Amino acid sequence: MEPASRRPARHPLRAWLKPVVFLAALTPLARLAVLAQGDGLGANPVEFVTHSTGTWALVWLLVTLAVTPARRLTGFGELARLRRMLGLFAFFYASLHLLTYLWWDQFFDWREIARDVVKRPFITAGMTAYLLMLPLALTSTQAMMRRLGRNWQRLHRLVYGVAIAAVCHYAWLVKRDLTLPLLYGAVLALLLAARAIPALRRQ
Amino acid sequence: MPRLRIPGIPPSEITPVELFRSRRAFLTTGAVGLAALAAPAQARLPARASPYSTPEPLTSLEDITHYNNFYEFGTGKEDPAQQAHSLVTRPWTVSVEGLVRKPAVWDVDTLLRFPLEERIYRLRCVEGWSMVIPWIGFPLASLLRQAEPLGSAKYVEFVSLHDPRQMPGQRRPILDWPYREGLRLDEALHPLTLLAVGLYGELLPNQNGAPIRLVVPWKYGFKSAKSIVRIRLVEQQPVTTWMRAAPDEYGFYSNVNPAVDHPRWSQARERRIGEFRKRPTLPFNGYGELVAHLYAGMDLRKFF
Repeated sequence: MEPASRRPARHPLRAWLKPVVFLAALTPLARLAVLAQGDGLGANPVEFVTHSTGTWALVWLLVTLAVTPARRLTGFGELARLRRMLGLFAFFYASLHLLTYLWWDQFFDWREIARDVVKRPFITAGMTAYLLMLPLALTSTQAMMRRLGRNWQRLHRLVYGVAIAAVCHYAWLVKRDLTLPLLYGAVLALLLAARAIPALRRQ
Repeated sequence: MPRLRIPGIPPSEITPVELFRSRRAFLTTGAVGLAALAAPAQARLPARASPYSTPEPLTSLEDITHYNNFYEFGTGKEDPAQQAHSLVTRPWTVSVEGLVRKPAVWDVDTLLRFPLEERIYRLRCVEGWSMVIPWIGFPLASLLRQAEPLGSAKYVEFVSLHDPRQMPGQRRPILDWPYREGLRLDEALHPLTLLAVGLYGELLPNQNGAPIRLVVPWKYGFKSAKSIVRIRLVEQQPVTTWMRAAPDEYGFYSNVNPAVDHPRWSQARERRIGEFRKRPTLPFNGYGELVAHLYAGMDLRKFF
């Protein structure tokens, strides 16, 4: 074992930051599990689970996108270590969201699902977001990062497309009250601007 | 010595026990009825059964009263149950006006004296879920006939209460307030078309459209305007709130139709609240035998 003194200076929060965020990211799922024990999921449990998992997929996606601007803003470099885990949680909730739809909404009626994807713009957008997330999740390992080299970063710029498709998916599904989709859209716009503005300045 | 005669009651004078019991029940009912007039909020409404009722299992009162679309109290499904306590339903009047011989302003308690029926109807929401609800009410036709519509009257417009102090959802321009709905006169006069004042045997809870609402079971739920203050007979087809909000998505007729999708989602199936698997949606919500003739010769894709 290496003596502690030779290690680079460690931030005091380093040890517990990741486990705490990990547990925090699981609480929405735990909440659903607890609510499902009683009548907590309301009159339309499938709708509740669909909306909840979809919302949390979007939340973790936006939180993932907030990591880099937050790190720049605060100079707290440890945040970078959370990015992969947060991104994978976004993927995890998106997978639950998709599974809820495929199973409890369509009962794996693939013809009906295919028709939905083609005919319903909000489902097209949602499915696009998920399919774009898939390669990001699959290449999230250290080994894949090394193998892809510079291309890894290029590939992972897809995350912006994922976020835009996800917000469209939400906005196009809402019947009338666009307040929440617009709120998420505004946060996304802010996060994109936080990247675009420094990039334009560098040019 | 005369035999001791016990003065008795001849058997013919004795009330049979069944009759005795039914008299007691009658007195109790009468007392409850009187109490009903004094304190309507706690009373069971006297209503007779209707042949129009479906025998399907009822959706629970809990779900009927906690899963509502009533944007006057917020756009979330649980909002109306939480917010609707601010609605004041007495005193309340309903004005019947427009192209009628006898316009009138009705006190809602007077309307409660129309012979009430329990009508167990399917309700199909345009969003793809459905319920089975035991409404209490009377046919809209009974009220309209009292007003004596003129020959020029072709449509009926329904206007809901507009009071942002009582209806906090109206403080936001989510819809063009007040909520307006409409029916063709023959639809309005159809015996299925109900003015509901109660559900599950009691007065309507605020979140379900108290004190009086429309129920048109073969159309999507939003056609059944809640908390109505004005019923107006007109010559031109009224522009309803949802037509104004999204004319390509919500038509004037809005008959339940599995063959005509909402532009953004399918209407082929529905989730009955309380059930897990989806069931196929029926044309006219299963009331086709009674109402399909109203639309004979009409292209229901065009008149959606």
